[in-house]
Amino acid sequence: MTEITQIVEPIVNVGLNHFLVVAAVLFTLGIVCVLTRKNAVAVMIGIELMLNAAGLNMIAFSRFGGEGVEGPMFTLFLIVLAAAEAVVALALVIALHRRLRTIDVDRADELRG
Amino acid sequence: MTTALPSLESFGYILPELILGGGAILLFILAAAGGRKAGWHALFAWIGAFSTILAFAALMWSTSKGSCTSPESIFDGLVACDPMAVFFRALVLIAALSAIWLSVGSPSVPKGRRAEYYGLLLVMSMGMCFLASANNLLMIFVAMESVSLCSYLLVGFDSSKYRSTEGGLKYVLFGGVASAIMLFGMSLLFGLYGSLSLQGLNAAITSGSAILGDPAGRWAAWIAVTFIIAGFGFKIAAVPFHQWCPDAYEGAPTPFTALLSVAPKAAGFAILLRFSWGLFAQPGTLDATIASSSIPWMVIIGVISALTMTLGNLVAIVQNNLKRLLAYSSIAHAGYILMGVVAGGQDGFEGVALYLAVYVLMNMGAFAVVSAVDRAIGSEDIKDYSGLGKRAPLLALVMVIFLVSLTGLPPTAGFVGKLYLFSALLAKGGTWFYLLAVVGIINSVISLFYYARVMKAMYLESPTGATTHVGSLNSAGALATILAIPTLLLGIFWQPLAVLATWSVSFFH
Repeated sequence: MTEITQIVEPIVNVGLNHFLVVAAVLFTLGIVCVLTRKNAVAVMIGIELMLNAAGLNMIAFSRFGGEGVEGPMFTLFLIVLAAAEAVVALALVIALHRRLRTIDVDRADELRG
Repeated sequence: MTTALPSLESFGYILPELILGGGAILLFILAAAGGRKAGWHALFAWIGAFSTILAFAALMWSTSKGSCTSPESIFDGLVACDPMAVFFRALVLIAALSAIWLSVGSPSVPKGRRAEYYGLLLVMSMGMCFLASANNLLMIFVAMESVSLCSYLLVGFDSSKYRSTEGGLKYVLFGGVASAIMLFGMSLLFGLYGSLSLQGLNAAITSGSAILGDPAGRWAAWIAVTFIIAGFGFKIAAVPFHQWCPDAYEGAPTPFTALLSVAPKAAGFAILLRFSWGLFAQPGTLDATIASSSIPWMVIIGVISALTMTLGNLVAIVQNNLKRLLAYSSIAHAGYILMGVVAGGQDGFEGVALYLAVYVLMNMGAFAVVSAVDRAIGSEDIKDYSGLGKRAPLLALVMVIFLVSLTGLPPTAGFVGKLYLFSALLAKGGTWFYLLAVVGIINSVISLFYYARVMKAMYLESPTGATTHVGSLNSAGALATILAIPTLLLGIFWQPLAVLATWSVSFFH
């Protein structure tokens, strides 16, 4: 019985570090996605992952770090502004698609030098 | 810092922002109520211009009444109201008014969507005003996003031109990544020090808390600060966050490029100064040595400064499009101004404030000339400027004044600006500061090369066939001429501006 508790305990008692690790992994995945994908929407998904990693950090720090509503407040603003940014980016992606019939960012290469 | 005012009493301190926001809402309502009608353009432009002028008047009036002349903390500490906020808000408003002037009658702004255009310009100006006075990580983020979102839309505004869309898309993707990186840095900083306000962070950092003694904590702090610099670096177009800059500048409608090249840079530097001082200096001083020994803030900024000016100047040499050339030149100028941030202290900050004021005048002026020529012959290529000295003597002369000023030669304002930056850096006295100054001087020489190329085209080359006629002075040319006057005058009598710049950072003592 004690052995099972020993195995389960670290899983049940999720601490700050677990959240930070998840956030760091999310952020890294986001960066990798932004750097490797050529599809404009996939790049936006990468950005969204990075933003959510920051939000997760904020919530975790304020949950485990102590007092105040600053962390959750920040995350609420973050969610709203991320949505606004997605709207603007999608509008531009649609404009690009109308012109090029593709959303491959590598094909948008008229401006260079 | 006095105790923070609660929200309701704070509204009196943000009159300019309220006016800009009100004007924007009015414009958006008019846009929805039939703003596509042809006859309404003039009305929209007047609403835009009137809001900006009224905001400027409100700023001057409230400052003359003594509000914000000493540092005050409003909205429960979210926003700071102090001389630096007043100075940079004034710069932003002057730039915004000039951009609205350039937009009137410009063919690159779509006719049917003028109301939205001016509305977004006003919202963006409001965001920049808040950015210049933000005092809390949350406020910095919100203000920066409201500037960014409007600029993405305005860069991609001319949907009939493919370049505008492409520039806008590249801008929004780079911007999204930069702000996500900045936010991750902010979340780490919040976690390490448990506060979002700059004062709270400052107290935690300068009290020598245990975090910096621990290797893991020090690493986290370095990462946090570096990530936040990435966000600011994006706004001021510093290397390596500059890639969006030439594409966005070239794609955007020229009147908006003029605003984009000066105002976000001014607001971005304001927040960079406020952040670097607010976070790392001992309370009540500008001495950041203690904090910077544990977090290498100055080293990071110094390296970015050298890289930024070198890359900007070297790449500008090979450009054939004048808007693109000015984009790289504006990157180089961000590098020069960063020297002032590195120097720090009263002198350095004064140099930054003064240089930005001068930069707003001369870069806005250069883009006004580009806008005037673009309106007459529809081209931004340097080869189409050949013989401009004969085709439009006044315009060419005015352009020479701006280019000489951008190079930093006397008797123009640009020389005074550079003088203050370099003397602040040299006064610090240290091998690395001297080295940075040498890099800066070499770069000024390089920059002369490509500015002179434009002058050579204008005066020494004969006009090319198809584009001989530039015509009489249009309203953009008139603005350029008006901006040339202070650019010359401040090169001779810079004392008033220097006094203002000193005042703007004096409360740091």
